[in-house]
Amino acid sequence: MVMTSGASSPLYAKRRRRNVMTMGFAFAATAFGLSWLVLILGVLLWEGFSGLSLAVFTEMTPPPGSAGGLLNPIVGSLFMTTIAVLLGTPLGMLAGTYMAEYGRYDKLSSVVRFINDILLSAPSIVIGLFVYEIMVAQMGHFSGWAGAVSLAVIVVPVVVRTTEDMLTLVPDTLREAAASIGLPRSLMIVKVAYRAARAGMITGVLLAIARISGETAPLLFTALNNQFWSLNLNAPVSSLPVVIFQFALSPYKDWQKLAWTGALIITLAVLTLSILARYLASQRKSS
Amino acid sequence: MNSVASFTVPNVTHVSTGTEGLTDKVTVRNLDFFYGDNRALKNINVSLYQGKVTAFIGPSGCGKSTLLRVLNRMYDLYPNQRATGDVLLDSQNILDSSQDLNLLRAKVGMVFQKPTPFPMTIYENIAFGIRLYEKLPKSELDNRVETALNRAALWGEVKDKLGANGLSLSGGQQQRLCIARTVAVRPEVILFDEPCSALDPISTAKIEELIDELKDDYTIAIVTHNMQQAARVSDFTAFMYLGELVEFGETNQMFTSPSDRRTQDYITGRFG
Repeated sequence: MVMTSGASSPLYAKRRRRNVMTMGFAFAATAFGLSWLVLILGVLLWEGFSGLSLAVFTEMTPPPGSAGGLLNPIVGSLFMTTIAVLLGTPLGMLAGTYMAEYGRYDKLSSVVRFINDILLSAPSIVIGLFVYEIMVAQMGHFSGWAGAVSLAVIVVPVVVRTTEDMLTLVPDTLREAAASIGLPRSLMIVKVAYRAARAGMITGVLLAIARISGETAPLLFTALNNQFWSLNLNAPVSSLPVVIFQFALSPYKDWQKLAWTGALIITLAVLTLSILARYLASQRKSS
Repeated sequence: MNSVASFTVPNVTHVSTGTEGLTDKVTVRNLDFFYGDNRALKNINVSLYQGKVTAFIGPSGCGKSTLLRVLNRMYDLYPNQRATGDVLLDSQNILDSSQDLNLLRAKVGMVFQKPTPFPMTIYENIAFGIRLYEKLPKSELDNRVETALNRAALWGEVKDKLGANGLSLSGGQQQRLCIARTVAVRPEVILFDEPCSALDPISTAKIEELIDELKDDYTIAIVTHNMQQAARVSDFTAFMYLGELVEFGETNQMFTSPSDRRTQDYITGRFG
């Protein structure tokens, strides 16, 4: 009889079977998870693309039964997102800079970090209610400003977190090198640390934009919606997520079609931002 | 602890020969250093002589890097680190709380273990430090950058790509860029903290040559793990062990006839 070699021993065979099984399960789980994603994207592309036309970008939201586009919600979303980023980014970057550079060893930093983490995972509807209470209720009407502020409240914790994380990744040796030629700390931060962490910090802002461009709940309480063309931020302003919400729930076929198209526009915008963020992050690693 | 710190009798074997006629650039007196409650330096007394290279050797954790980081008060960047005693730079106590740290560090430059170019162009790496303290016209700034790069024996290799990122250079070139950056600010003292430990032998030889040239204009201190390096580049050597300065003397003498048993054991490779 031939001796059982290591490769064909029963123990080894059993291990191989187990390996094949585990691999199979892992593949199946991945395929199952991804298939839903593909399905969602597929339906979105199918339904959205067929409605995509020049009119979508040039005409206002129509009353049911007539033709129209999504110009006012697109512009409204752009406006509120821009203002939210302009408000939230400096605030978040300054706070993140304090935590990573000035107060790294302070109690205050760990308190701020804890609160920031809570804010980071706070349900956006709560933020909407909060801004409703402090702005809409006080001013007596819904407004684009209130919408922008509620989005800014979502931007801040994201930017605080990424700024702090990215600055913490800048090696201390670089800070020491800057100090060793007599560089004051403020200049070291602006000229050396920010430069070293730039790609990561921009990525953080892009991710924050991606996050708020799909937010619906905070806008429902603050900017509400507007059927008409309006650049007055002191009045209700239309936005893509809220229009999608309203149109998709309506019984009218043409509104539902526009909702799909709006969803496609948001998805493509977020996808573009994510790809850009990934590209920048990979640049950081290679430099 | 305070009673220990106030010992005034130096516990160091100072070799008296060879130090006559030399001026102290930096004088360390009764220096103690603490990381929190941990006393990392114990009653250090040592001098860096003007225009000479002083090497600090000793096993890991003996406090040689710590001592170097006291001389430009780099430790001030971190909490819970403090030094007591006197460190005189041209007879002015730099441990004084009124000492302006940025001015001190402009006078006492430092080159680190790992090359640390700033994330900017080669030109900017040098010009950046100069612009901090002097407002120069472009042509003069160009001159200063060239001089500094020449000083660091790097000009020939980078003169055609001054606009390239400093991080694109090789490790050895990066380290020379850092030396150029340090020299450009016109310091009086340069501290080298194991400047060659991340470099290959050829780059190491270049840096050593450089240190030898630089000592005409600067007072130099170098921490090294490599005893041959200490023997090659330094005029004076200090041997440190467990936070104490065991022996200080002329390099030749330290390596041929050390007077302390522990020095003898270390340089002959019996421990460390």
